[in-house]
Amino acid sequence: MAAAPSTYELVRRTPPLLYRWLGDRIFAVLVTLFGLTVMGLAISLAVVLFWEGSEAIKTFGFWGFLIGTTWDPALTLTFGTFPFLIGTVVTSVAALALSFFPALAVAIFSAEYAPRWLSHIIDALVDLIAAVPSVVVGIWGIFVLAPWLRDHFYLPLYMWAAESRPELLPIIGSPMGYGMTTAVIVLALMIVPFTAALSRDAIRLVPKAQREACWALGATRWEVIRMAVLPYARSGIVAGAILSFGRAIGETMAVAMLIGNKNTLPFDLFGPAATMPSVIINEFREAVENLHLSSLMAIGFYLFLISLIVNLLAAYIQRKMMVAGGRSA
Amino acid sequence: MNQQHQPRRSFLKTKLVAAAAATLIFLGLGAGSALAQRTDILGAGATFPAPLVTAMADEYRTKTGGRVTVNYQSIGSGGGIRQFIEQTVMFGMSEAFLSDQIMADIEQRTGGAAFNLPITLADVVPTYNLPGVKKGLVFDGDLLVDLFLGKIKRWNDPRIAELNPGLRLPPLPVTIVHRSDGSGTTNVWTSYLTRVSDEWAKKVGYATSVNWPTGVGGNGNEGVAGVVMNTPGALGYNSLSYAILSDISYGYVVNAAGNTIEPSYAATTAAADIDLPADTRVLFTNTPAPDGYPAAGFAWMLVYQNLDQNRAIANRAQAEELLKFLIWAIRDGQELSESLGFARLPQAAIDLNFEMIRQITWQDEKLGEKVLREMQR
Amino acid sequence: MTAFNGNTTKTGSAALATPVLSLGRRYWRDRLMLGLLASSTILVLVPLFIVIAYVVVQGIGALNWDFFTQELGSPTRAHTGQPTGLVHTIIGTLVVDSMALIIAVPLGIGAGVMLAEYPDHRLNPLLRLLNDTLNGMPAILKGMLAFALIVKPMGTFSGLAGAVALTFVMLPIIARATESALDIIPWSIREAGLALGLPRWRVILSTIIPAAKVGLVTGILIAFARAAGEAAPLLFTSFGNNYLPSRWTGWLFGPVDTLPQRLYSLAISPYKQWHEMGWAAGIVLLVMVILLFITARVTVRRA
Repeated sequence: MAAAPSTYELVRRTPPLLYRWLGDRIFAVLVTLFGLTVMGLAISLAVVLFWEGSEAIKTFGFWGFLIGTTWDPALTLTFGTFPFLIGTVVTSVAALALSFFPALAVAIFSAEYAPRWLSHIIDALVDLIAAVPSVVVGIWGIFVLAPWLRDHFYLPLYMWAAESRPELLPIIGSPMGYGMTTAVIVLALMIVPFTAALSRDAIRLVPKAQREACWALGATRWEVIRMAVLPYARSGIVAGAILSFGRAIGETMAVAMLIGNKNTLPFDLFGPAATMPSVIINEFREAVENLHLSSLMAIGFYLFLISLIVNLLAAYIQRKMMVAGGRSA
Repeated sequence: MNQQHQPRRSFLKTKLVAAAAATLIFLGLGAGSALAQRTDILGAGATFPAPLVTAMADEYRTKTGGRVTVNYQSIGSGGGIRQFIEQTVMFGMSEAFLSDQIMADIEQRTGGAAFNLPITLADVVPTYNLPGVKKGLVFDGDLLVDLFLGKIKRWNDPRIAELNPGLRLPPLPVTIVHRSDGSGTTNVWTSYLTRVSDEWAKKVGYATSVNWPTGVGGNGNEGVAGVVMNTPGALGYNSLSYAILSDISYGYVVNAAGNTIEPSYAATTAAADIDLPADTRVLFTNTPAPDGYPAAGFAWMLVYQNLDQNRAIANRAQAEELLKFLIWAIRDGQELSESLGFARLPQAAIDLNFEMIRQITWQDEKLGEKVLREMQR
Repeated sequence: MTAFNGNTTKTGSAALATPVLSLGRRYWRDRLMLGLLASSTILVLVPLFIVIAYVVVQGIGALNWDFFTQELGSPTRAHTGQPTGLVHTIIGTLVVDSMALIIAVPLGIGAGVMLAEYPDHRLNPLLRLLNDTLNGMPAILKGMLAFALIVKPMGTFSGLAGAVALTFVMLPIIARATESALDIIPWSIREAGLALGLPRWRVILSTIIPAAKVGLVTGILIAFARAAGEAAPLLFTSFGNNYLPSRWTGWLFGPVDTLPQRLYSLAISPYKQWHEMGWAAGIVLLVMVILLFITARVTVRRA
């Protein structure tokens, strides 16, 4: 390990017991304080959102707001978040499903197959994806990606369905190019670096002995990866997927620009839809009515709850996997 | 976020500060610009008038030799109103005037009114993408309502042909494109549709965002423009300047007097040439003015009547500089309008603005009156 | 996650249970996987190149000397060919982003250390949960939180508030990445350190963190990259400015301009010259991030 030579130095000037004991205490308190800060931030965000959204929650009821399907900021001032809830869940799950294997593939390729110089380039480029501002992706999507997808995928598929499978048309929806599928594709691209980066580092740090044992058994390269590397790197991979999922749930600008923003159910495959963050960013700046703004904040609060539930679920899955995988301690 | 009870600031302290500031200003005037204090004025709000206001600010900065810097940021009309109420900005800007309730709240909290000063006009035009058809397709109110309600589904509908004799319209399906983000543009557009149609008023209504019966939402002017330009058969709406500067085809609209109006900055100014109420809080979409373009409205600057009650304004000197800028923007700043794609204020609105500015005070001193008199000299 | 779980366990056990594949087929499968992995990599990277190419083509024309030395002023300047640029925006971005890094890195690593090095800490499951939840909240809401915590008490928009808002974006990513980077370090190393009589905190600071530095740096970079491109949380915090602040304290305590926010407001304006400047701002932003990537990685490898 990198720090091995300095260890001797450290041992030589081992300080007295009291110092060590106190040092450990102070360190633990400090670290806990940092942890508490993060927790405090999350909780205060929830409190602020609840506070600002309480008017809407009071008006429509806790469940009423959640399952309400009308979003009318003009005439009746009725607000319900159900369509956006569906939109958020569908797009982020689909985006994670779409991006997970490519992202993992990038990580494996970079860590296991690519020569050093190439893997450096790949790593930097993948991280760079995270740095492209949402707005840039969004505008590029409007002017380049959406029209291209429409002409090469949506329209041909729509034409084919119209001729031979008319019963599919309601599911496919209008092939304008601005809608759910386009948003999912862009989202999938944007969350790749989170899974890829964490998986890659986890794979790199798998001990040599682990691989060598497998090589010695006569395994091919792929078999080494599958049987020795991936199980060991699992926690990093899962952490990456969770980060990705978080990003997918919370991603706002690019989705808002590409999803077509339709505030009523039902949604279809290619047609416009909306997500909770996209509604917030869309209407936040211009919301004049108090109840309208309060409803947007309430969406934020529900998003917090949903995010909480999803992450609880993820933690549960992760723990189950840990038991099955059994990381050597 | 918006109910903050503001304790009246300590009287003595403000007086001292004001006195000090006044002395400084006096000294500054006496010693010329070298000693003059630099003043930063902060404003925020509507996105649409932002280019005009920043241009005014830049011009004003040059004019004052860099002494007064106005920093205006576009955070949206709703944001402008809220920051104005929160008192984090010296002036707000909005494409919707303050509601009666907000006006009453402010009256109660600060002991003075909130003034809505029109600074420019917003105009919204129908934009479309029809292969072979350039600008100038004629619409009227009822036709636009039925298009945006999704009742008319094809471009070769006889009702469109009726208004555009001699034009060969393709049998393309109509794709409605609307703003998905809340915007003053949507406010003006839907208020126009509301004014011409009871059905629209009952089904949709008007606001900065509405529950659209049909169509796809684009984010921002550029989002709508992008979708329109990339989708044959699309019909959307954009601000006139955006349509002109981005080279999108836009239509002419028949107004309440029955005249077909080609959208232009002059026609927009003409739309406001009506009897305005003293506080200028009025929507004049579907204007009765015979030469007025029917989908237009004011964008307002928001200021407190009692400037000392706005926590964002630290002293009398700042208040005075703010007033000077406001007056300059309303009077001289209008020269910048056309070159940037904005319509000028009609004279009637300018007069009403000055009437309101006269009532603006700093700690019971009629500061607005004084500054206006100085500047008119 | 579910898909991955099911998949590996299934294929893993299947491979172990059926070792009857011929050598030729195993090699063939090896090749196939290599092909799949390589083409996935290309698939992921191609859109990035297209986006970057698009940004460069749109914006390169506006990158000139004035762009780096002049203030924005107004659209009239761009219209009439007067000097206009984004010097205040570039400096503002550097100031706000580096402040955010300074706050977020120790906090995030600290929280990550708590998760990884004190695995029995009673608060850990809650911390992990809340951290991941915070990560999933839209950035605009994090900006709102910073507005409530900083702007409202201070009574004014400030670069500091913007930095705090960006901290909220970076923190959960750094914490999570730190945890997974430290997790990988075998416990035997810690035990070795402890057995030598080192206090735990020295083991962590002098052995574990240096050993995990590649992962830590990756986490920080990716968090930074993410935050650097966010416009929404800055709207109500650092607010924006068309000029350089009149005093140097203005960078911290006054409204400050930043690249992503300026990019957005230039891109939605109706003026062609401003669109071009917006894309140029995008180029500068990307170059800044790339430079940081390279320096950070080179330093990590050198050390």
